[in-house]
Amino acid sequence: MTEMSPKAKSFTEEQVVKALTDKFQDKVKDAKIKPRRIVLDADRSVLLEMCKTLKESYEFEQCSCVSGVDMKTFFQVVYHISSYANKMVIQITVDIPRDTPEVDSITPLYGGANWHEREAYDMFGIIFKGHPRMERILLPQDYQFFPLRKDYEVGRRI
Amino acid sequence: MTEMWVNMGPQHPMTHGLWSLRVKINGEIITDAEPMIGYLHRGWEKMMENRDYHQIVPLADRLCYASSLSWSHLYCKTVEDLLELEVPERAQWIRTLTLEIQRIASHLMWLAAIGTDLGSYTMFLLPMREREMFLDLMTDLSGSRMTTNYPRIGGVRNDLPPNWERDTLRVLNLFEKRLREFEALFDECSAFLMRTKGVGKLSGPEAINLGMTGPFMRGCNVDFDLRRDDPYEKYSEVDFRVCTHPDCDSYARYRVRIDEMYESCNIIRQCFQKMKQGPVRVKSPKAVPAGRAFAHVEDPRGEGLMYLISDGSDKPYRLKVRSPIFVIVSGMPAALIGEKVADIPAIMGMADMCLGETDR
Repeated sequence: MTEMSPKAKSFTEEQVVKALTDKFQDKVKDAKIKPRRIVLDADRSVLLEMCKTLKESYEFEQCSCVSGVDMKTFFQVVYHISSYANKMVIQITVDIPRDTPEVDSITPLYGGANWHEREAYDMFGIIFKGHPRMERILLPQDYQFFPLRKDYEVGRRI
Repeated sequence: MTEMWVNMGPQHPMTHGLWSLRVKINGEIITDAEPMIGYLHRGWEKMMENRDYHQIVPLADRLCYASSLSWSHLYCKTVEDLLELEVPERAQWIRTLTLEIQRIASHLMWLAAIGTDLGSYTMFLLPMREREMFLDLMTDLSGSRMTTNYPRIGGVRNDLPPNWERDTLRVLNLFEKRLREFEALFDECSAFLMRTKGVGKLSGPEAINLGMTGPFMRGCNVDFDLRRDDPYEKYSEVDFRVCTHPDCDSYARYRVRIDEMYESCNIIRQCFQKMKQGPVRVKSPKAVPAGRAFAHVEDPRGEGLMYLISDGSDKPYRLKVRSPIFVIVSGMPAALIGEKVADIPAIMGMADMCLGETDR
């Protein structure tokens, strides 16, 4: 008997999307469904609340990946959150203005997001509020640049 | 007793590759731990923004030398998802079976490493010898032992060489016998059992929350495998068992990997039975339409995920790699706290560290 054996309680992609759009109204945009995949955009003010809903009510147990993206005029953070019970992955894209690059940290909910968020800070300078330790992880602590930003020149030496 | 921080690594026999582990100890007991990575950071993701799509295939191999094929395959699969390119039937079968050969080779590398970690040189040499048989198969297939550069966007580079099927089946028959010997070598070694049983306990829900994936997670008694639960290539058409173990300790993770090697042998045999003749590659365009795609696969070490953004040019706008070991290492302190210093190699060894993909 394994702990994660298939349970009766599980949700379809449509049910999850409907629940999220009902709860967050116009803060959720462009929801698309493919088999075992949900793709949607969310406002940064509801991100933490949305992850809490996904985790507590819809069995999304694991944060697979947090990626920073530099869109030149603004930043994005893309979350991939997996549900082992429902066998699906939800991709949440959050836009972040370039002058206040801040978003709520989901590390208190998902331990797996810890180093991903640190890496996004390391590479893009996006600050995750509420993260237990917002420090550089791959680059040296005294590094002055955020190298994955598009305005960082390749081959530049410090 | 006063607590103190002790550095293990970067020059420590337990740290395969360049990384370091800081542990806070109270006598013999670990009260806190902090893995430190980044020594091998090459700026892989930035580098990819200046290469065109086809140039990235061999570079994706360099993410991990022990399981290079699974990374170049993941990259090709991500681009194919964005292009909505249908890979020929035979190429999918070839990918499935080469991925399993790669999985066995990677697990053997781990088995050898755990041998030296726990102090037996025999346990190092024997799996290394058997691994060479699989690397020879890879040489016949692709021309190189480790960084194979074999998958292509739209298929694989070449069809199977003559007699390769016969050679592979011979290797598998021999290997299964040898694997039973290895099992006996470990399972009947009381020193190995004493060092691995009951250490590094981590419950299933905790492991999932910390982002553990792959054999490490299945060794925490979680019944999940992307090959079965989100099938790609031809995994939905082959029959295999997802190996789990209820003990949630280091020994359980050892058992899971050994069982997976047997299952991989089964999958390879089924692939040969079910595959038919046909083309192995379709033409793919140089430039990729603007859009976003992600793909995830069951790497030998866990869930490998790539997230690709294209702006319509011939170079990726952003290519993000989720490395399984990056996340597993971040959660390792939970398994280490409360254990003794001498158990660290037995716990960390089960993560199967690979720094190329961790630091990127």
